Amino acid sequence: MTTINENEKEIIEDFALFSDWEDKYEYIISLGKELPLISDQYKNEDHLVRGCQSRVWLHAEKKGENIVFTADSDAIITKGLIALLVKVFSDQPAKEVAKTDLAFIDTIGLREHLSPNRSNGLVSMIQKMKNYAVAFSAK
Amino acid sequence: MKNNVTDIRKDFPILSTQVNGKPLIYFDNGASAQKPQAVIDSITKYYSSMHANIHRGVHTLSQQATQAYEDAREAVKKYINAEHSEEIIITRGTTESINLVAHSFVKKGDEVIISGMEHHSNIVPWQLAEVNLKVVKVKDNGELDMEDFKSKLSKNTKLVAITHVSNTLGTINPVAEIIALAHALGVKVLLDGAQAVPHMKVDVQKLDCDFYAFSAHKMYGPTGIGILYGKKDLLNAMPPYQGGGDMIKHVTFEKTTYNDLPHKFEAGTPAISEGIALGAAVEYLNKIDWDWAAKHEEELLAYATEEIKKIEGVKVIGEAKHKAGVLSFVVEGAHHYDIGTLLDQMGIAIRTGHHCTEPLMHRFDISGTARASFAFYNTKEEVKIFIDALKRSLKMLR
Repeated sequence: MTTINENEKEIIEDFALFSDWEDKYEYIISLGKELPLISDQYKNEDHLVRGCQSRVWLHAEKKGENIVFTADSDAIITKGLIALLVKVFSDQPAKEVAKTDLAFIDTIGLREHLSPNRSNGLVSMIQKMKNYAVAFSAK
Repeated sequence: MKNNVTDIRKDFPILSTQVNGKPLIYFDNGASAQKPQAVIDSITKYYSSMHANIHRGVHTLSQQATQAYEDAREAVKKYINAEHSEEIIITRGTTESINLVAHSFVKKGDEVIISGMEHHSNIVPWQLAEVNLKVVKVKDNGELDMEDFKSKLSKNTKLVAITHVSNTLGTINPVAEIIALAHALGVKVLLDGAQAVPHMKVDVQKLDCDFYAFSAHKMYGPTGIGILYGKKDLLNAMPPYQGGGDMIKHVTFEKTTYNDLPHKFEAGTPAISEGIALGAAVEYLNKIDWDWAAKHEEELLAYATEEIKKIEGVKVIGEAKHKAGVLSFVVEGAHHYDIGTLLDQMGIAIRTGHHCTEPLMHRFDISGTARASFAFYNTKEEVKIFIDALKRSLKMLR
């Protein structure tokens, strides 16, 4: 079982291989295209994280001490970024998720996607992931 | 007169910068236009050599600043051909201009007609004023349904508040006809001119509109300032919008008397540097050959529309016969957010989303569009690069 930090490190290493924006985005898009990240029953209003432009659905489940996330978006780049977040945070101890600040987004040069102005729902999604983690670890 | 795009581009320093390592192609003019050097210089000059508060100081700086600010009002008056300079109310922008009218011209329960293509800023102020809103339908091609308008307009209507040019569709509405129909029944008309002023010269007397609202930043001027033009007799009859300094004649705890127009509607210290810079923007626009600009923008739009339609799966939203500066589109199998993100990587700035026209999005049953909007400083070469970049983006996304 890898830790949050190890997951982040792995992504940073993957992205270090890309020499230009096109390779980088092609990879993110391929992540977005890969798999349905959430069960259809959770793709509803209750699980919707509102962004001005793209919509994000997020579901969290408890698995022992760990928290498991599934998510999706209607925009493929957002979905690719979500795949990265899920990869880092999912099936990790809720306590760790609650207290870890993600550094990898910045390091791999995708910081602009997390600026409040992007309105893609990602910022709210990370906040929501943490809220779930706080709630789960308090139980 | 300025009628050469190569020369005009030199007046706008930002147009020769790079974004993400690529020469900037700025197609988000509908959101805000770039500024010529003259506007930028006027702000620097104001703060470097003449800043003081206006309308009250006896000292030289205050008098100079007041003069410069009032000169700007005069410049705007001439530019839109208002009859009196006190008909030019300086506001924070189109949004505040419309809110002012919604606050001071109508009252709860009045009947106000708007259209289905309005920006939220010409919807929500009326909802806050609790008027009885009637919404004119938009046709499939993005034109206003004039039959629907005629059926809704009556002597009971207090105000028609309609956009001159649609920010999402580019439709130029038949405002002369709307005004004539409304006036025939004694109904007043407000035009939201935010998207019109960057593309054409507006003559409020010729239009005979009762109110005309617009923002400086969309007409190559500074942000945070705009205009409400209103006919003098209407403005005189309206109560103040906000209270504070500058808008009063005398204040006692028992009774306060209000200042005359335009100051009655301009409470507090205004955006002085922005006001003066708006004057500089108007001065710049006075040098533009508008016949040339209209033709140039029309060519850009026609070329872009023609080329974009050749791309498989692209649908243009808004195909009115008369359009200005806006190309909105959706693409099968590609989200507008993704398109905007990839174009940005190639140095191209477009707008994506609902463009603050959510009801219009519902009308067309879409969640948003990608929108390229042009200004007179854009070129055919830029459109060509944009089309190629769009094709490249779609190849990645689909």
